Amino acid sequence: MTLKLHNVSKQFGGFTAVDQLSLEIPEKQIFGFLGANGAGKTTTFRMILGLIEESGGEITWNNGMIGYGQSHLIGYLPEERGLYPKMKVVDQLVYLARLRGMNRSDALRELEFWLEKFKVPDYKKRKVEDLSKGNQQKIQFISAVLHKPKLLILDEPFSGLDPVNVEMLKEAVVELKNAGTSIVFSSHRMEHVEELCENLCILHHGKPVLHGGLKEIKRSFGKKNVRVSADFDLDYLKEIPGVTKFKRYGDSCELQVENEKVSQVIFKEITGKGFVRTFDLEEPSLNDIFIEKVGASYE
Amino acid sequence: MNKFLIMVVQTFKSRVKSKSFVISTVITLALILLLTNIQSIMEAFESGEEDGNNTTEISVVSEEEGWIPLFEEQLSSAGPFEVEQGQSIEEAREEVEAGELDSALEIEKDDAGMPAATEYVGEQSVPSTSETIQQALQQVKMNVAADQAEVDQAAIEAINSPAAYETVALGEEAHTPEEMQQTQGLVYVMLFLLYLTVMMYGSMIATEVATEKSSRVMEILISSVSPVSQMFAKITGIALLGLLQFSLILGAGYIGILQNGGEGSLLDSFGLSDIQLDVIGYGIVFFILGYFLYATLAATLGSLVSRLEDAQQMIAPMIYLIIIAFFISVFGLNAPDTSFITITSYIPFFSPLIMFLRVGMLDIPAWEIALSIGVLAGSIILLALIGARIYKGGVLMYGKSSSIKDIKQAIQLSKKEN
Repeated sequence: MTLKLHNVSKQFGGFTAVDQLSLEIPEKQIFGFLGANGAGKTTTFRMILGLIEESGGEITWNNGMIGYGQSHLIGYLPEERGLYPKMKVVDQLVYLARLRGMNRSDALRELEFWLEKFKVPDYKKRKVEDLSKGNQQKIQFISAVLHKPKLLILDEPFSGLDPVNVEMLKEAVVELKNAGTSIVFSSHRMEHVEELCENLCILHHGKPVLHGGLKEIKRSFGKKNVRVSADFDLDYLKEIPGVTKFKRYGDSCELQVENEKVSQVIFKEITGKGFVRTFDLEEPSLNDIFIEKVGASYE
Repeated sequence: MNKFLIMVVQTFKSRVKSKSFVISTVITLALILLLTNIQSIMEAFESGEEDGNNTTEISVVSEEEGWIPLFEEQLSSAGPFEVEQGQSIEEAREEVEAGELDSALEIEKDDAGMPAATEYVGEQSVPSTSETIQQALQQVKMNVAADQAEVDQAAIEAINSPAAYETVALGEEAHTPEEMQQTQGLVYVMLFLLYLTVMMYGSMIATEVATEKSSRVMEILISSVSPVSQMFAKITGIALLGLLQFSLILGAGYIGILQNGGEGSLLDSFGLSDIQLDVIGYGIVFFILGYFLYATLAATLGSLVSRLEDAQQMIAPMIYLIIIAFFISVFGLNAPDTSFITITSYIPFFSPLIMFLRVGMLDIPAWEIALSIGVLAGSIILLALIGARIYKGGVLMYGKSSSIKDIKQAIQLSKKEN
């Protein structure tokens, strides 16, 4: 049940939203799409779902096209949340699940389970418009997963939620993955992607800037972070060749270095100069990589 | 249950349960029961008031005593009049001024020996009453004149009775004027019904689509079910709603008529007993086709707006179309065989009304009807195909304006770039 995108492009008039995107999204894993606003994440999802047709290229799932015949296997949480405001939660969820091919009694049973899980069982008979934004989002999430999809597409699932609810939803996503669901989700919050995804793709202006496993991406990025705090002035360290970034916070500083060797040079430089409280070599965060990859191409 | 039916039922149920539907239906039903019972209600009010208030009391003073019985006879056959006599004209005038009498009539003999009258009325005189009195006096005068000329009574009756007149229609399918009139009535009712349906339910469909779009639930829907079946599920759901509403109204009207002493079948009570069944059959066919054509247009237009408030403005073109079609057909009722009507009966948005009008009023060959139905069915399919495209693209498009440009953009969104 692998989802494959091959040279997929989308133009709107003269504007290219997605450009030659080729991806393979393995099954039973969580795949993250990263990108600034307007990078083409939502457009890509809509193409995967068949809501808009690709201008070029091909999208296959399980070696076939995705059509309305598979809609019972697919769950979708759109970026623009939307439910019937005047409809009761239970009616709404049952209706949407039935449109995804579920029967009424199964839908009702699953519904109890999820409402219980999200600690909102008493919202069952409430109208959606009476719920808070965050709770509406939980209901919307339930509507995407109620029918036990094999492929779940979540467009910015955690935006606009408080930390407690973000944790709750993250847990649910991981549980779904463990139960065998393939999940694709987008975010512009790096830490969510870093925490959840095995594989990811960074999109920038519709082009994939980076793509692959999280570990490989970090390794191949090469650059590392060095954190030093010492009693003496550290400013001269930015003159060392191979140091690409330098930031000072009080008596400590953070450096980005081209590779591990440079960090050894720094280590030698500071030994003997005085008392060093911290010397720490870190893997780059996804945030660093993102800023580097996306920010760099702005110039 | 299949997804199409799930959506039809959902559309129907949510509308039937909505407050606006319940309230408007209850008000309409109440209004119909009120209208059908208006006679008994008015009578109930009147019986509470003083007696004789609706009979006109009139005092007659005549120079020639013999005219009064004749006058009274004429007047009482024309309406509820109470004729008093024996007063002097002064007394009668005073009573009129005091409001005790409705009017006082003084009949004199003119030079030729004919009756000539002066009516004295109060402040609340009714022109139609004076007219009735004048006509009664005219009859008296004719009788007096006939007497003077010594004309035979039988001759007078012969003069007054209307001439015998009968129309015989020639040809197998020709219609007598009465039949024509009845057909015209039926055609008019059908035309008006379609007009009303498009106005009411067309905007309901557009609002329905616009609501789903503005609440953004649409994106989930079109990822579950194809836009074409969504669109037709909406259209069918609203059609069922309309059917329910119309049958309630019709039923209420029928019950109202039965209660007030009407009898016979449903058609009889609406004065449609002798109508040819084929006219009704064609009426139903054109009604259904017309509904689907306009409903598809409404759904398409509804999918283009992003806010509910814009829906009414967006369907304005549809409203204009149906108004124009309705006016052309009203004109056509009186001149169904003009070439203007013939031509417009093939134009898709006009044909449901105008072709039906021609079918009902004229004797037209079957191929013309078939052609018009074909054109209509073809344009429904075409519109549904275009509509589904626009619908699919339109629901993903959220902008402030709503124009031709949007339609183009929506179609572009839903197709491959070349």
